[in-house]
Amino acid sequence: MCKINQKTISGSIMASKYPSNDYIMPGHVACPGCGAVIAMKFALQALGPKTILVIPACCWAVVAGVHPQTSLKVPVLHTAFETSGAAASGVRAALDMKGDTETTVVAWAGDGGTFDIGFQSLSGACERNENFLYVCYDNEAYMNTGVQRSSATPYGAQTTTTPKNAWKSHRKKNIIDALAAHRIPYAATVNIAFPEDMMRKFKKAKDIQGTRFIHAYASCPTGWRIPSDQTVAISRLAVQTNLFPLYEVENGTDYTINYQGDRPISEYLKVQGRFKHLTEKDHSDIQEMVLEDWQLLNDKSS
Amino acid sequence: MKEVLEGSHAVSEAVRLVRAKVISAYPITPQTHIVEALSEYCADGRMDARFICVESEHSAMASCIGAASAGVRTFTASSSHGLALMHELLHWATGARLPIVMAEVNRALGPGWNIWMDQSDSLSQRDTGWIQLYCETAQEVLDTTLQAYRLAETVNLPVMVVLDAFFLSHTYEPVDIPDQQSVDKFLPSYEPRISLDQQNPNAIGQMAPPAYYMEMRHSIQMAMQSVLANFNDVEREFEHVFGRTYGPITPFACDDAEYIFLMAGTSASTCRHAIKTLRNKGHKVGVIKLKMFRPFPYLYVRKSLGNAHKVIVLDRNCSFGAGGIFAQELRAAMYASGNHPQIYSFIAGLGGRDVTVDHFFEMFDYVEKADYPENESVWIGLNHDN
Repeated sequence: MCKINQKTISGSIMASKYPSNDYIMPGHVACPGCGAVIAMKFALQALGPKTILVIPACCWAVVAGVHPQTSLKVPVLHTAFETSGAAASGVRAALDMKGDTETTVVAWAGDGGTFDIGFQSLSGACERNENFLYVCYDNEAYMNTGVQRSSATPYGAQTTTTPKNAWKSHRKKNIIDALAAHRIPYAATVNIAFPEDMMRKFKKAKDIQGTRFIHAYASCPTGWRIPSDQTVAISRLAVQTNLFPLYEVENGTDYTINYQGDRPISEYLKVQGRFKHLTEKDHSDIQEMVLEDWQLLNDKSS
Repeated sequence: MKEVLEGSHAVSEAVRLVRAKVISAYPITPQTHIVEALSEYCADGRMDARFICVESEHSAMASCIGAASAGVRTFTASSSHGLALMHELLHWATGARLPIVMAEVNRALGPGWNIWMDQSDSLSQRDTGWIQLYCETAQEVLDTTLQAYRLAETVNLPVMVVLDAFFLSHTYEPVDIPDQQSVDKFLPSYEPRISLDQQNPNAIGQMAPPAYYMEMRHSIQMAMQSVLANFNDVEREFEHVFGRTYGPITPFACDDAEYIFLMAGTSASTCRHAIKTLRNKGHKVGVIKLKMFRPFPYLYVRKSLGNAHKVIVLDRNCSFGAGGIFAQELRAAMYASGNHPQIYSFIAGLGGRDVTVDHFFEMFDYVEKADYPENESVWIGLNHDN
């Protein structure tokens, strides 16, 4: 019997508990419907103003503001693409040496900077159990450079480097399992269509010592070729189809699934331009993969 | 207090004395003794600092950048491939105007794998905007490291303190280790020009469009142009407290010299020995030890070359297709000056091969007999039967 806790998912209490503070200013330069901006909005609302962000090359390196402006009400250290884990380690060490143990240091990186080029420095930081929160907002390709495939791009997707006659035929890297294998104290997935779950996890992560990792599903209308007003609906489908399950892993081994979906994967695939080329057979292959991954996850949580 | 110290530990002692707060490093021969000692100091309480055992040199510099951006004094050390791996972030540290100090142990790059002395690693980083100071003795290593922090924090540029692999990093010499009080007097506690600020949330290192980028680069060049004067100020303060001084270059027997050798690092000691013999034979020969390579101390070099007819440059490095790097820099420096001595470029001692007194005699004989320098650098000490 797997542990599924859906109590935190119901939407009814949201209106009364929604924080009034906002740490993103209007005028940022994200694309319309950017899921990564919604993720940042909720994250900062949960974490509060005593936060320092470390942002490598990624969409957010631009969204956070072009010199001399900033779109955020917390300090930001911009750093090189592959360095978030190391740069955040340095910021944390400096704050500790200055006696500031209160501020939450948050590395905020895209999937390229996390799954691919930044994986080494992230792995190093996790192995040292550095005391910071690492958030990967995952829009499933190198969106800032024009939608090239990453190791977070899902099987079946078209990108500008996996065009429709050679669409991505490798499965998405399971980043949570890879990091859970480092035995970090906390790893969790969040999705912008489930804000209560997301805020709860960010608040929980804030109070844990050591390396915490949050994998935030961040829809990308530009790269996925979806209408910008569908960004939340399609994000919700990712969870409802069990493609992107909401779950937590504590101390590397203790898995808790937060939501069980029941929708077929076709509902998710058919509404996105990046999957438009797929046949019914492809849909059914992907459904098999989703079921397999879901079963593996359930096995770990039982 | 004088102690017999390994060159590497002269660096470690200096870093302890400057009260660095975050040290981040990845081991590479021949840099290891520097950071091993520092990790012990952090562990046993001799230093109140955090030592981060990162998983690569790239991350070593990235975490120094993070820590320096949060407003503390930082240190790292590297060499050869490690320095090459850091290359991207050497640019970043400069662009972010962070006063990071690094010890760089001059070592060859592979293949073939070679852990021995060679200047190609640091000189490959000459365009990254790091101040480069080359050392000859363990005392100079310690003193230069102390000076490096004051200089870096004055001009907001990072500094590389460079020492020869093994010839300096692994040899022992008597070194005067200053007391903490004197160092505190020379180097006040660090007040960062800018750091991550929660009261006034700022963004450091963000995107800079064409309307701003060029001025940022210009300000780096302006800072570099101020380094020589600031270095001299730092040395005056240093002399005031410690009674020692080095200068951006150190001329030896140059006043009446017709022939002047020029080089950096420990070879200068060997060269001075050769010069004493050459002088005894009646040749007017001197040597300039180049301490500061970036920024290149044009005015000092021009002045010290004075009325020399021929300059003999020893490069323990090679920029393939262009030859010895110090020779190229010197030619550029002298082109715009009034006097144009002939500049002879010699490459010797790569990958740890000894540069002996006899090699200096060989270079001198060659230059004395030559009418003009060759177009290409002349290689000394090649084993032609290999």
